[in-house]
Parts: sequence; C-alpha cells; structure tokens
Amino acid sequence: MTTPPATPTRPQPPEDETSRPFWEATRTRRLLYQWCTVCDRPVFFPRDICPGCLGSTLEWRESSGRGTVYTFSNVHRPQMPNFALPAPYTVALIELAEGVRLMSNVVNCDPEQVRVGMAVKVTWERLDDGRHLPQFEPA
Amino acid sequence: MGTLRGAAAFVGVADDASPTGELEVHGRALEAAMIEAALADAGLSISDVDGVCHANNSMALAEYLGIHPRFTDSTSTGGSSFEVHAEHAAAAIAAGLADVVVSVYGSTPQGDRRRNAGGRGGGRGFMMAGPNPQAEWEMPYGLRQPMGPYAMAATRHMAQFGTTPEQLAQIAVSTRAWATMNPKARHRDPITVDDVLSSPLQCSPLHLLDCCLVTDGAGAWVMTSAERAAELAKPPVYVLGAGTCHDHQMISQMPDLTTTAGVISGTNAFGMAGIKPDDVDLLMGYDSFTITALLHLEDLGFCPKGEGGRFVEDGRTGPGGSFPMNTNGGGLSYTHPGMYGMFLIVEAVRQLRGEAGARQLESPEIAVAHGSGGVLSCMSTLVLGTEATR
Ligand SMILES: [Zn+2]
Repeated sequence: MTTPPATPTRPQPPEDETSRPFWEATRTRRLLYQWCTVCDRPVFFPRDICPGCLGSTLEWRESSGRGTVYTFSNVHRPQMPNFALPAPYTVALIELAEGVRLMSNVVNCDPEQVRVGMAVKVTWERLDDGRHLPQFEPA
Repeated sequence: MGTLRGAAAFVGVADDASPTGELEVHGRALEAAMIEAALADAGLSISDVDGVCHANNSMALAEYLGIHPRFTDSTSTGGSSFEVHAEHAAAAIAAGLADVVVSVYGSTPQGDRRRNAGGRGGGRGFMMAGPNPQAEWEMPYGLRQPMGPYAMAATRHMAQFGTTPEQLAQIAVSTRAWATMNPKARHRDPITVDDVLSSPLQCSPLHLLDCCLVTDGAGAWVMTSAERAAELAKPPVYVLGAGTCHDHQMISQMPDLTTTAGVISGTNAFGMAGIKPDDVDLLMGYDSFTITALLHLEDLGFCPKGEGGRFVEDGRTGPGGSFPMNTNGGGLSYTHPGMYGMFLIVEAVRQLRGEAGARQLESPEIAVAHGSGGVLSCMSTLVLGTEATR
C-alpha cells in the first residue's frame, strides 16, 4: 500500500527509441506525427513500420496543432487520487487537421461547454523532465 | 470450406453469483466447482474431457484438474473470451481434434477486496504499468478505465445520432426488470429512467446505473459433437454460427467509436447459421454499459445504425417486450465479475432448453450470445439453436 501523494500528479508517459523523436520535439513545443511515404497517409501512435503496408517508410512531420474534438467524456469520478486536473475534467479524442486521432485533455474551457466537433488547438503542459504533454484548448 | 453449422452443441452449463455480490469459494476451487456442475448438467465426467479453454492459463487449469487435454485454448480477448473459446472448440470438434471441451471462468473481485483487507482488489488488467502503448498515449490524460472509453462512444453516438440519456437509461431499466426474476441477481428492485439519470455521473454521459456491477461470479460450459450430444440427457443446444473480429485494443485507435467489429463478427456468424436478425428470439448482448448493448443492437442488424436509442425507448427489450434482451438481468443487474461473456452463453442455453424459470421465454428456438471484450475491442458472436433449427 502506498499513500497517495499530496500534490497533483500526471502519470509520466514512458518513451522508447521509436517514440523518442515525438517526445524530444515536445521539449520545443512541437507536435509530430508520422507519415508513410508509400501509402501517403498519416500514422499515430508512433511505430517502426507502417500499419498499412508494413514498410519502414515512415517520416516525421510537424502538425499544425489544430483539430477538432472527435469525442470526449468529462470525468466526474476519477480513478486516480490527486490526478493533475481537478474533477470534472475533460478527456477527449482529438482529430488533428492532418488526419490522425489522439487522446488528450481539453483545458482552459468549462467542461460543460465542450462539444463534439469543437475547434481546438494544442497547448503544452510541462512535464518534470522538460518534455511537454500536448493539451488542447478552444481555438 | 467447411462449416461449423450444427457440428457441435452445448450440453452442459453452470453459473453462480449471489445477491450479496460475494461468493464463498474462490480461485481454482471455484473454477473446479463450476466445471463439475457443468459436467453433471451434461451427464458427463471429467474423464470424458479432452479439451480445455481458459481466458488466462489453460495449462494451469488442466494441471489443477489433473487432465491431459489434446485441445487447449488460452485465448484472452477480455469479456468475449468465452464466445471465442466456443468458436474454437466447435471448430476443433468439427475437425476431430477434440470430443468434449470445457471452458470455465471464475472471478471474485468483491471477496478479494475483503480478503486483501483494504487492498485495491484484483484490478482488471486494463491499466497495466510499464512500456505499453496505453501508458504512453492514454494514461497521462486521466481517462477512467474501462468506463471512459464507453463514455466516449456514448458522447459520439449522442452527437451523431441524437441518442438521449433517457434512451440509454431505458436499457438499464428493462434489464433490471428481467433481474427481478433472477433469484441470484445482485440487484432485483425495479428502477426507473429517473433513477438512472439521478444516479451519480461517473464519466459523462454515463451515470452509475449505466454501468455494470463489480461482483463475484463464475460459470462453465461443456461442448461436444452433435453425435455425442444426441446420446446425452439434456436437449442439445447447437452452435449454428460463430464469428469474431477485433479492430483495436486502445480506444484511441478505434476506427469509428459508434461502429464496432460486431458488424463483421455478426455478419459472419449469421451467415454461417443462415439466419436473419428477424429469426432471433433472444439476444444475450454484452452489457458492460448501457451504450455497449445499444451498439450491439445496431451492429448486429436488429435496427439501423443510429436508431438504437429509438429502438429501445419503448421498453421492448424488457419482460413482455417484443425483443427480449439479457433475460438473466445482464452485467448491469445480475453479475459482472470482469469478463462477463460466460454468462451470456449460460443464459442462452438455459432459455433454449426451457430452464429459465420465472423469466423463461415462450419456446425460443434461436438465441445469439454476443460477447464484447477490451474496450469495444473484440466482438465474438455465437448463434445458438434448438434441435428444430439444426
Ligand atoms: Zn504504408
């Protein structure tokens, strides 16, 4: 049994060789995704091979950081004690303009005002090790 | 290509749960008790068994039982594992690889919590730490698991099709009405749509009563060939069709949050069975949450995509309704020990045999057990039928 920490916390995302370029770019607040040059399509989450053609034909590209809320849920009863955001907070799937979907939070917005289809843009939360976590706010 | 249609049959089932939510027995002893009861139901003994299925470790189970199976299956697709086991077992039996196959499940999260005295209980394996994609791409955002992903599907369904919280709530209300007729059900007091909507919001738009239980429960099934089934005491329940499909593991990778892989598993299972949705007398559709059951209704073709809310709102899935669903009281009101798919099969078999007591439907001939595992990830559909449908 561990005692819950008193200060708000974020589970820190692990990284590996494959995803390192993504997380390194967040140090300078840039949002990257992969692109398969054979399939001509975006890929997320980061992989060594394209999930369409299995080729090692992926290159990194930078996202505009703009997108829309594909769907969301406002978490009223959190699972994690002392999660970084006070409940209720919004967890959303964001569809980036470049065509990939990723999970994130919608911040700087009353959870009651979040809507499917709402335009959002990336903003960054600093992590303990200097990386940043992508968050989204109304555009 | 061969077909499984009618090659194998369920010949024994057992399950256990309690209105207290807690079972006395746990662990392998509970699994062994379920297997013993299912074999007794079939008129078979452990020495007849030459195939075992377990959603975690069929080797450890067989070792405990002291048997040396020639067919083994440890497939784990979460809640749909036992439908997938049935598909594999039917194929193995049809191919002559096995004669009598058992699958078993037992889980006691409620009792475990008490036994661990203040510990956090068994957990469900959804939030594993360590180097996995979920830790990197989902866990930092604080989504409650497994409820959050279903809430996201419900939000999207509401935005896309106008589905209302009241319509989702009606699924819980109709299911509870069935539970009043199951003496083992955790909750047996009738509820109203208002009760659901006034229960605490967990992850919007899902309320507490939109969510399945966390209770102890266990069950087992026995399957054999149609030839051998004909010699046994109880009426065989034939596997007429089976299909499985998964299209993601993490919710952030699900292609379309309002359409599940059940479209594929259902089409394949119904096609193999040679049936249409109209032919189905009972749907046992995995109800981890109200939205889960609603998506099954659409994806299996019982109503058009987007119409699930309007389909259920008149209470037709409850007692006396035109479309009975989850007659045992479901994961919402009967029991939900974590991987509920076992109970779908047990209830379908009992209904087709006419053994469902107060909640017995009038002469059902075709039932569908539709399991959902992970977070709307792995769908597995079984079409089951009586002798008349074979
Ligand atoms: Zn490719």
